[in-house]
Amino acid sequence: MLIDWFTVAAQIINFLILVWLLKRFFYRPILDALDAREKRIASDLAAAAEKEHVAEAERNRFQQKNEEFDRRLSELLAAAADEARAERKRLLAAAHTDAEELRRRWHKAQRREYQALRHTIEQRTCAEVFAIARKALADLADTTLEAHMAEAFIRRMRSLDPEEKASLAAAVGIFTARGELRHETTIAGISSPSRADGIGSGEITIRSAFELPAAQQEAIAAAIRETVHGEIPLHFEPEPNLISGIELVASGYKVAWSIAGYVASLEEEVGKLLDAGGTVESRAASSPGDAERQPGAMN
Amino acid sequence: MHLSPDHIIFWEHGFVKLNATIVYTWALMLLLTGGAKAITSRLSSRLGRSRWQSLLETIVITIQKQINDVGLRQPRIYLPFLGTLFILVAVANFFVVIPGYEPPTGSLSTTVALAICVFVAVPFYGIRKQGWRRYLQSYLKPVPLLLPFNILAEFTRTLALAVRLFGNMMSGTMILAILLVITPFIFPVVMSALALLTGMVQAYIFAILATVYIAAATSDDEDSREPHAARREP
Repeated sequence: MLIDWFTVAAQIINFLILVWLLKRFFYRPILDALDAREKRIASDLAAAAEKEHVAEAERNRFQQKNEEFDRRLSELLAAAADEARAERKRLLAAAHTDAEELRRRWHKAQRREYQALRHTIEQRTCAEVFAIARKALADLADTTLEAHMAEAFIRRMRSLDPEEKASLAAAVGIFTARGELRHETTIAGISSPSRADGIGSGEITIRSAFELPAAQQEAIAAAIRETVHGEIPLHFEPEPNLISGIELVASGYKVAWSIAGYVASLEEEVGKLLDAGGTVESRAASSPGDAERQPGAMN
Repeated sequence: MHLSPDHIIFWEHGFVKLNATIVYTWALMLLLTGGAKAITSRLSSRLGRSRWQSLLETIVITIQKQINDVGLRQPRIYLPFLGTLFILVAVANFFVVIPGYEPPTGSLSTTVALAICVFVAVPFYGIRKQGWRRYLQSYLKPVPLLLPFNILAEFTRTLALAVRLFGNMMSGTMILAILLVITPFIFPVVMSALALLTGMVQAYIFAILATVYIAAATSDDEDSREPHAARREP
C-alpha cells in the first residue's frame, strides 16, 4: 500500500503548521517590510515632488528676478550711457570755452606784445629820427644859421603882444628901480613856466649855442631896448645844449626861440599820435572778429 | 530499494510511526522556518537591504504576481497557503541533488496530504468569498445535469494532483537509483539535473493548479470556472 494514512494525517498537520510558521516568520515580515518600503518610497517621491515643486517655484522666482535684474541693468546702462553722453557734451563745451578763452587770451597777449614791440620800435625810431635831426641841425649850426636865428629871435621879440611887452618892461623896470625881484609873472605863450637860471643875477641873460657876433648882439640889444623901452644891462653867454637857438632869461622870465623847441613839440605830437594809435588798436583787439584783421591793417 | 520513503521507518509504536517522509518533512520545516526567521529578524524597510532579504522579497513578490496573474485579485489572502505549497514542494524536490536524501514528495502519502489540503482549501476559500449558497450553486452550472460530473471532478482532480506529483518525483528518484546501478558515472548527474528541473516544474504545476482551482471557486465569473481549470490542467 503506497498510502499510509497516518503519514497522510501527519503530513497534513505538518503542512498546516508550516503554513502558520511561514506566515508568522516569512510572509508577514517580508510583506510588512515591502509595505514599509513602498510607503517610504511613496513618501520620498511625494517629498521629492514637493521639493521639485518648490524648486520649480524657486526657479521661476529666480528667473523672474534674473529678468528683472537684466532689465534693471540695461536701464541703468542706458541711463549711464546717456549721462556719459551728456557729460561728454558738457566737457566738450567747457573745453571749447576754455580753448576759446585761452585763444582769446593768447591773442590778447600776442596783440599786447605786438603793440609793445611796435611801440618800442616806434619810440626807438622816433628817438633815432630825432637824434639824427638834432645831430644834423647841430652839424648845420654855424654863424650864418646863428645870424638867421638872431633875426628870428628879434622878430619874435618884436611880435610879442603889447601886454607881454608891458609886463616884461614892468618886470625889468621894477627890477631896475628896486634892485631885487618881487613878483613872478609869467609871460604866457613866450616862455616855459620854469624859473630861469638868471634869477637874481640883476641883468638879462641872452643864451645861444654859439658866441653871437657883435652885430647880432647889438641888433638883439636894440630889439630888447625897443621892446622894454629902456636901457637894460645884457649878458651874452654861449649854451651848447641849445643846439641852435637863442633864449632871453630875466628875473625868472624866458623868451626863447630854438629848433630844439620845434623838435621837442614834434616829438610830443608824435608821442600823442602813437598813444592814440595804441589805444585804438587795443580797443580793436578786444573784439575777436577784428583781431585777425588787425595785424594785416597794421602792416 | 524503497518505492516510497514511507517505508523507511525510524521508530514505530502501534500505528504511530516515524518514517523518512515525516522526518525529512520536519527537517525541511525546520530549515525553512529557521532560515526565514534568521533572515526576517534583520529586515530593513529602507532602500538598502541584504541579499538574502532581496531573495525572499523576490520570491514573495513573484508568488504574489503569479497568484494575481491567475485571477485572484487579493493575493495576500491566498499567499500563505499557496506560497507554502509551492515552497514546500520546491524545496523538497530541490534537495534530491543531495545523495541519500529522500524527497517527502516522493511519498504518495505526502502528495495525497497536500492534495487533500487543496481539496479542502478550494471550497473553504470559495465559500468565504461567495457564501454557501452561491458556492454550492456553482456546482449546478452551467446546467444542473452536470452536478454529478462537477462533484466527480472535484475528487478526480485532487487525485490527479496527488498522483501527478508522486509519479513524477518517485519516477525521478527511481530512474536515478536504477541509473546509478547501470552507469555509475556522469549520466546519473545529468539525470539528477533533469530530476531537479522536473521537481521545480512539478512544484510550479502543483501550486499553479491549486491556485487555478481556488480562483475558479472564488471567481464571480461562473462560466469561466471549469473551462479555466480544465484548460490549465496538463
